[in-house]
Amino acid sequence: MRITVNGTDYPVPDDVRVSLLDMLRERSGLTGSKLGCNQGACGACTVLLDGERVLSCLTLAVQAAGREVRTIEGVAAAEGELHPLQQAFIDHDGFQCGYCTPGQICSALGMLEEFRRGDPSHVTADLAGGQARFSHEEIRERMSGNLCRCGAHNGIVAAILQFADAGAGE
Amino acid sequence: MTPFSYRVATSTTEALAAAPDSSERFLGGGTNLVDLLRQNVEQADALVDVSRLPASIDETEDGGLWVGAAVRNTALAADPRIGARYPMLSRALLSGASAQIRNMATVGGNLLQRTRCAYFYDVPGARCNKRVSGAGCDAIGGFTRYHAILGASEQCAATHPSDMCVALMALDTVVHLDDGNEKRRLPLSEFYRLPGNTPHFETELRTGELVTGIQIPSCRAAVNSTYRKVRDRSSYAFALVSVAAAMRVENGVIADIRLALGGVAPRPWRAAKAEAALAGRAPSQEAFRNAADAELADARALGGNAFKIPLARSTIAAVLGELAGDAA
Ligand SMILES: Cc1cc2nc3c(=O)[nH]c(=O)nc-3n(C[C@H](O)[C@H](O)[C@H](O)COP(=O)(O)OP(=O)(O)OC[C@H]3O[C@@H](n4cnc5c(N)ncnc54)[C@H](O)[C@@H]3O)c2cc1C
Ligand code: FES
Ligand code: FES
Repeated sequence: MRITVNGTDYPVPDDVRVSLLDMLRERSGLTGSKLGCNQGACGACTVLLDGERVLSCLTLAVQAAGREVRTIEGVAAAEGELHPLQQAFIDHDGFQCGYCTPGQICSALGMLEEFRRGDPSHVTADLAGGQARFSHEEIRERMSGNLCRCGAHNGIVAAILQFADAGAGE
Repeated sequence: MTPFSYRVATSTTEALAAAPDSSERFLGGGTNLVDLLRQNVEQADALVDVSRLPASIDETEDGGLWVGAAVRNTALAADPRIGARYPMLSRALLSGASAQIRNMATVGGNLLQRTRCAYFYDVPGARCNKRVSGAGCDAIGGFTRYHAILGASEQCAATHPSDMCVALMALDTVVHLDDGNEKRRLPLSEFYRLPGNTPHFETELRTGELVTGIQIPSCRAAVNSTYRKVRDRSSYAFALVSVAAAMRVENGVIADIRLALGGVAPRPWRAAKAEAALAGRAPSQEAFRNAADAELADARALGGNAFKIPLARSTIAAVLGELAGDAA
C-alpha cells in the first residue's frame, strides 16, 4: 500500500516508528509541514488526512497507508497561484515568522469543513443541531489547537473570517 | 522508541487474534500512546491498530446509546443524540484537547489515556511509582499545582486527565470488554482503580483485553446537564477542576442529581456524598454549598494544589446553580 500526498503516491516507510511528519519532511522533501513540539501541543504539524485535520507528529506514517494526505504544498493551485486563504493571511498580516502558518492554514481548511457539516464547538450555545454562527469567538475556539509564538492570532482570525465571508457570498 | 511491529485489525476477532503469549498493544488514534512510546515512558514490541474497527453509535433497548470504542471524539461530540440527551458529554468532549486531537482520538483510547503528571513523563529526571513500581514519587514535595486532592495515596497523587470520562462517570456508563475468551461488562465506577500502594495499576483491564464499546444508560436528568472546566488558559489545556452535573427538579425538590469531578483525583470522581446530600432536597445555593462541603470534607492538599479545594467548592455550587435556574 502507498500513501498519497497531494495526489502523488509515496511508499510507506519500512520502519513503522516513522511519524507522518518525519515521512513528509525527511523522506519526501515536503518541508512545508513544521515540527514544533513533536508531542501534540502546538499544531505546527497539522495536515489533512482524508480531509480531516490531524497532527502528523502523533500519526504513524503507516496509519496513513491507503489514505490521502493534503499538506500546505497541496493548497495552492498547481500553476502557483495562491489559495484565497493564503492570500487572506497576507492581507491581514496573519503571520510574522511564518513557522506556524502551514499548520494554521491546513487547520483552518479542516475547520471550515467541520463548520459546514454543523459540528459544534465548546463555545456553541446550541448543541443539538442548528448551525453555530461564524464569529470571532467561534474561530478562536476552533483554532485553539494552533499556537502562534509571534502572536499573530488576531490577523489569523481576521484572515479566516475574510475567506469564509467570501465563500459564503459565492 | 524501541522497534515494534504493526498490524491493522478491521474486526474484534482480528484485533484479538494475537498469539496468547504476545505482548501486543492496541493503538487507537495514537495521540497518547505514540507520545508515551516516543518518550520511552511506555514500551511496546507490537501494535494492533484498532482505530478502524466499526465505529457506530446505536440506540439500546433501554433508551440509551451504545458507542463503539473506535468512534472518534469529534463524532461523539457532534452526534445530535448526544447533544440533545447528554449535553454534558458533548460539552466535556468539546472542552478537551484540540480539534485535531479530537479528530484522531477514539473513545477506547480516551478511557485508557494516562496521566499528564510531569514527573510521570520525565523518564530521565524523576522518580515515579506509576512508571516504575516502588521507585518513589518526586511529585510529592515537588510541584503539585496539577495534582489530586481526593483519592490520592502516599505513593501517587497524579490526576486522571480525561474530560469525557467525567461526564461518562456521572452517567453510570458501562464499559464492554472482550479478551477473546470472555466478554465482560464493568460499570465505569468499577473500571478505574485508586492508586493505593499500586499506582501502576490504573484499571481492571486485563492484559490483551479490548474495550469494544461503552453503553450509556438513558437518563432523564441529563437533558438538563452541563460540564464546566476551569483551566490555566481558556482552551487547549487540561482541567484544574471540572464539574459534570445533571439535575432534575420535580415538585420543588431534587428528584435526580448526577455529579462528577475532573482534575481533582486519580480517576474521574463521582461525587456520591454530594449527591446524597442533595437528593430529595429543595435546590438552593445553601444546599449546593453544603453538598460541595460534604464531598470535599476528605480533600487533602499537597501544597501547590491547595487552591483546588475552594475552587472545586465554588465551581460545584456555580454549576448546580446554573442547572437549577429559577428553581433555586
Ligand atoms: C496536547 C494534548 C492535549 C490534550 N488535552 C486534553 C484535554 O484537555 N482533555 C482530555 O480529556 N484529553 C486531552 N488530551 C488527551 C486525549 O484526549 C487522549 O490522548 C486521547 O483521548 C487518547 O485517545 P487515542 O485514541 O488517541 O488513544 P491512543 O493513544 O491510541 O491509546 C491510549 C491508550 O488506550 C489504549 N487503547 C486504545 N484503544 C483501546 C481499546 N479499544 N481497547 C483497549 N485499549 C485501548 C492504548 O493501548 C493506549 O494504552 C490531550 C492530548 C494532547 C496530546
Ligand atoms: S509538532 Fe505536532 S503538535 Fe507540535
Ligand atoms: S507566525 Fe511566528 S509562530 Fe506564528
